[in-house]
Amino acid sequence: MIGEEFVALSLTPLLIGVFSAIACALPGNFLVLRKQALIGDAISHVVLPGIVVAFLLTGVVAAWPMMIGAAAASVVAVVLIEAVRRLGRIEPGAAMGLVFTTMFAAGVLVLEQTDTSSVHLDVEHALYGNLESLIWLDAMGWHSLFDPAALSGLPSELPRIAITLICVSLFTWVFWRPLKLSTFDEGFAQTMGLPTGLIGLALVIVAAVAAVAAFDAVGSIIVIAMFICPPAAARLMTNQLERQIAWSVLFAIVSAVLGYVLAGYGPLWLGSQNAVSAAGMIATVSGVILALTAIFGPCRTRLGAPST
Amino acid sequence: MIRDALLLQLGYNATLVTIGATFLGVAAGVTGTFLFLRKRALVSDAISHATLPGVGLAFMLMVALGGDGRSLPGLLLGSAISAGIGLLCVSWLTRRTRLAEDAAIGAVLSVFFGFGIVLLTIIQTMSAGRAAGLEGFLLGSTAGMLRNDALVIAVGGALTLALVVLLRRPMGLVAFDAEFAAASGVNVQRIDLAIMGLAMAVTVVGLKIVGLILIVAMLIIPPVTARFWTDRTDHMALISGLCGGLSAWVGAALSATAPALPTGPVIVLASFALFAVSLFFAPNRGVMAAVLRQLRFQRRVHMRQGLLALAQSQPIYERFTLKLLRRAGLAHADGVATTAGRARAAKALRDEKRWELVRADQAFESAAALYDGLREIETVLTQDQIAEIDQRIGGPKGALV
Repeated sequence: MIGEEFVALSLTPLLIGVFSAIACALPGNFLVLRKQALIGDAISHVVLPGIVVAFLLTGVVAAWPMMIGAAAASVVAVVLIEAVRRLGRIEPGAAMGLVFTTMFAAGVLVLEQTDTSSVHLDVEHALYGNLESLIWLDAMGWHSLFDPAALSGLPSELPRIAITLICVSLFTWVFWRPLKLSTFDEGFAQTMGLPTGLIGLALVIVAAVAAVAAFDAVGSIIVIAMFICPPAAARLMTNQLERQIAWSVLFAIVSAVLGYVLAGYGPLWLGSQNAVSAAGMIATVSGVILALTAIFGPCRTRLGAPST
Repeated sequence: MIRDALLLQLGYNATLVTIGATFLGVAAGVTGTFLFLRKRALVSDAISHATLPGVGLAFMLMVALGGDGRSLPGLLLGSAISAGIGLLCVSWLTRRTRLAEDAAIGAVLSVFFGFGIVLLTIIQTMSAGRAAGLEGFLLGSTAGMLRNDALVIAVGGALTLALVVLLRRPMGLVAFDAEFAAASGVNVQRIDLAIMGLAMAVTVVGLKIVGLILIVAMLIIPPVTARFWTDRTDHMALISGLCGGLSAWVGAALSATAPALPTGPVIVLASFALFAVSLFFAPNRGVMAAVLRQLRFQRRVHMRQGLLALAQSQPIYERFTLKLLRRAGLAHADGVATTAGRARAAKALRDEKRWELVRADQAFESAAALYDGLREIETVLTQDQIAEIDQRIGGPKGALV
């Protein structure tokens, strides 16, 4: 397993999976604490119409136009949700459900209407991603890591998600105090003069960027699962934000690695020939982790809750 | 073509789909009303995504038992069981751990959906040919729907509807005031479970037509639309059912006219069109009504301020005020009052004085509470009361020049 074959076939998908998981889990911590966890769900649905429109406008399946389209669609969705909520005086959950299902439906409809048979663009791909196919054909073994010629053959998703991860980490690190303050005590943050509305919007945009970059590589299931499951599990482990983030990153890495390995090798151990969906398996593993912490986690109950 | 489709003239299969979808739409709209009023619209998202592993497991089980694997009732039963488990997970996570409901919903929907995808990939490899069609549950597929399938959907929709009608009183009670409901002896937890169970039934029945990702829209959009038109629960459920049925009917009929119009998305977009119309044009709660209300208010404020200025012979600088007064024939272009204008202005000033007394007097406390600077005093006090106040003010003072 640790050889040429591993570097060529498994190293890049594994790294992409891990990077996507961490990039989503970092903003996910704040979203879960702010009770906005389902924003991740909404964003991952509206990414589809964004990508489809970008494809219609440019006519090619290229990464950058699609990422821009997806990011634009998430911003449009956030604005629409807010507009529906305020203009119609509708509770946020229903407004969110209304907007993202409509945009998703529009995306599916436009996709069916256009001729995309020649390109690899369909709803299933958007949902599952194609983590397994992101292989590094030029790699001949570990030494390829230091070989510029081989490195240029890396799947372009890897540097993209790596850059996204760096950006997301930087955002979290630089804006740590404002984020923490406005998450836990918005009123206090306001009296301190922090622009809490702006911070909330920035967090949603960073989440959207992470979602779009991860979506490009691994599909929308992982995006939703990684936004919510590792932070939620981490929330049940500790009462401190710093530790919670550390736990969530750990859980994200474990889910990605274990999920990928189980999807790729699990069926072989069971005597079957074919691998199963890695994206689905990663989501499943993260769910198992959440279930374990919900049963055994040291901080699983509400403080002061009756001990029944 | 479109007229034929709406009038069910496009052949047997299209007619089946349209009728089935309409039943489903009505049931979804009515059920969704209570989900929406309970402020738990997005729980339906968790329910719908949680159906996927059930579909996969039911298929595998039926194949293992030597069956066809694609029998709709079997698949629906499987999806209902896994959706039920998903629902229990959401409520367990919310009650037993510190996680909020949104995190629980998101966790359940993504994990169940991911596991479902894993099962689907297993099915694809284990019996490549026979699995075709299970992906249809993601986005719905009405092509090749059989008479039995349509029957299952129509009967399921009708049964759900009947249950909602039976349970509408306690469900409305719980949705509005859970504590009062509990105090009146209603088992809130059981009613909540019933609302969720009904939403689950709609989801499961709708899987085949609109698919599990978009069925959420049929539970959320019609109630939101209906909310614009009424403030009463029973009316809302009725309107919501109508909207749901109408959009499902139009959507299914439209999608039958062309091959590249998938049923689920068209139904959702039809539903959204109804919502958009309601958002802008509904009386009272609509955006247009709010804008009109705002304009009317603005006019009244300008008119009143203008009249008071006339009464005290102050110059009017505000153009809009002057325009309003001129149009009503109360002032000339140079801001001087007409005869009618002087009379109205005198009355406005007198009313202001009357209000002043009313607000200072404890005896008129309830009337004074209605003061907002614009209200006509005649709408608040009787003739006798006004006469009494006028006595206190007395007649005109000072010399008339």
